[in-house]
Amino acid sequence: MSTAVPKSGALRKRTAPPNNTSGTPTGKRGTMFSRSLIMSGLLLLFVLIIPLIDLSSLGLYPAPLVSTLGDTGVYVILALGLNIVVGYAGLLDLGYAAFFAIGSYTYALLASPQFGIHLSFWLLIVIASLVAAFFGMLLGAPTLRLRGDYLAIVTLGFGEIVPTFFLNADSITGGTNGVSGVDTPILGIPGTTTGFNFSLGGTNPYPYYYLILAMVLVAIFVISRLRDSRIGRAWMAIREDELAAAAMGIDTVRTKLMAFAMGAAFSGFAGCVYSSKLGFIGPGQFDFNVSVFILCMIILGGVGTIRGVILGAVVLYMLQSYVLTRLPSWIHDFGVSTNIGFLKTTDFSGIRYLIYGVALVAMMIIRPEGLLPGERQKAELHPESLDQARRESNVELYDETVLDRQDPSTRGGQEG
Amino acid sequence: MHTNQPSATITHAPHPPAEHITVNDTGGGSATLLRAVAVTKQFGGLVAVNKIDFTIPRGSIVSLIGPNGAGKTTFFNTITGLYKPTTGKLYFDGSDITGRSPSSITSFGIARTFQNIRLFANMTSLENVLVGQHSRMKAGLFGSVLRLPSVQEEEVKARDKGMALLKLVGLDDQAQEAAKNLPYGDQRRLEIARALGSDPKLLLLDEPTAGMNPNETRELIAFIRELRTSMNLTILLIEHDMKVVMGLSERITVLDHGEKIAEGDPEVVRANPQVIEAYLGKGAGQA
Repeated sequence: MSTAVPKSGALRKRTAPPNNTSGTPTGKRGTMFSRSLIMSGLLLLFVLIIPLIDLSSLGLYPAPLVSTLGDTGVYVILALGLNIVVGYAGLLDLGYAAFFAIGSYTYALLASPQFGIHLSFWLLIVIASLVAAFFGMLLGAPTLRLRGDYLAIVTLGFGEIVPTFFLNADSITGGTNGVSGVDTPILGIPGTTTGFNFSLGGTNPYPYYYLILAMVLVAIFVISRLRDSRIGRAWMAIREDELAAAAMGIDTVRTKLMAFAMGAAFSGFAGCVYSSKLGFIGPGQFDFNVSVFILCMIILGGVGTIRGVILGAVVLYMLQSYVLTRLPSWIHDFGVSTNIGFLKTTDFSGIRYLIYGVALVAMMIIRPEGLLPGERQKAELHPESLDQARRESNVELYDETVLDRQDPSTRGGQEG
Repeated sequence: MHTNQPSATITHAPHPPAEHITVNDTGGGSATLLRAVAVTKQFGGLVAVNKIDFTIPRGSIVSLIGPNGAGKTTFFNTITGLYKPTTGKLYFDGSDITGRSPSSITSFGIARTFQNIRLFANMTSLENVLVGQHSRMKAGLFGSVLRLPSVQEEEVKARDKGMALLKLVGLDDQAQEAAKNLPYGDQRRLEIARALGSDPKLLLLDEPTAGMNPNETRELIAFIRELRTSMNLTILLIEHDMKVVMGLSERITVLDHGEKIAEGDPEVVRANPQVIEAYLGKGAGQA
């Protein structure tokens, strides 16, 4: 770039959030400590201490809650990964669970008694991400010429093929029996037993919670940086208008493959910790429902925004795996304590998924743009929030030019 | 603040080294920037562009005109790589660009706007111009994640250049506005700014004044003229508005039914009976 740069401060002043009222002396760093950063800090503090709060008096027993929160984190990573493909690059992927399966099996096969291979978790986290990224590109390549519905159908096919492969490749994957006895991570000196073993205390969910939290933070860090980079802009440009993106010098093939690879890498990343936490991996854990579930998370939360996607994943996963499984007994207890007869006797576990479905449908009616949408999505679904006057002036402008076009003296009779 | 002469802050990035081909006058360093040799584009049985020979002198403003369906936009798309020519050759600045991908043609130094505006509607004006600079930036996956010093520097430069380009087209106060919220005329100018982001040598404008009122059109004519000198550009226009065509172009090529029917300076083309016939119908030339 041989651009003669004017004072670089000029731009920063322009883009800085307008809330630098704290009088921080250094302009550059001062503007960066904005309100959203403080909010993120408080949120981080909250998720750090939440496992330490004892809510058992409310019927929320810490161990199962922390375990479910850990699993939620896995889905947060998955949703963030899928958001790269669907939210940024605009490629509708209905087979994302396939990459999750590939990542999970990669870990399970290389860290279990299945083949007697016991590689380190920390090494495998990299390997599984790379393997998933490779398959992301491999499966992405044939879909490059497809868009929208057609792409969705092909990715749907991949999502079906991969678990079926794991199901039928008995000699490698154990078929329906899956892979069990998957290793737990060890934080300590490699090759020794000293250090912090995650299996310590049997099914202790606390170390996993913090491990997964750290992984979520890594995912947020990497994805937010990509989003604000040349690559992220290229993804969004492809989403907005692929042809114009190509005309602007974006190699659409490469850029789309990169989106598939990055999205898949995060599912491999998540798959590692998922299989080690569960200790068992089977083909039934990666069916179509999982792909749709993750897609629902990003749409419900606000597609294309990191905070929205995280919220969507947390809300949906907690709702499905924690609230709904306990709801019948909560209702029963409530019925007992208030002595309302039908609440005591009716079994609500049968209509759990009805409640879930109704909640989803209601959500999409009330907030179609998601829980925490970006400005872009908001504007798209609520056009009344746009500058009405400006839109009207556009219409006028257009009419005028239509008249102008009909003036033969200026047109040279082009209708011929 | 930015300098008062934004155009002075934008200079050309070095273009990829031209790979020289032994064909007479491929344009490398010579007076000809783009040369099309017998370019034909066929869609099934339809010959949209038929054996067009065409040259664009360096530093000129050239127009491509013709009735609707004459093959102007198809020819444009062939130059920019969206279509591969069925037969024929395209040379740009000394290199054979025949059949290359749109993204590589952009990095050779050809940029374009679209007849029906194709901005990245949900991205801001600044982001649009930043995407325009894509081919002149290098940041990769790891560099972007690690935010290496070189990437940071590149990003700051790109943003400054983006702002300078927006200022050039008078949109610097709309930098953070989503492209789709801009008025129509501004969108057209943003498309030009976005195209300029790739440091083109040749700028292709597909009906830049379509849908503009006479005032905006006058402004745009002056702007295009100024661009040519300030940014050292060569410009190829498709235009229907004869005021624009006659006022701007040094050379006009007329297409009809995919064939070149006339070429020359505005006065010559205006008087050409075949052109009058193509536009007004048979017999009109004698009237």
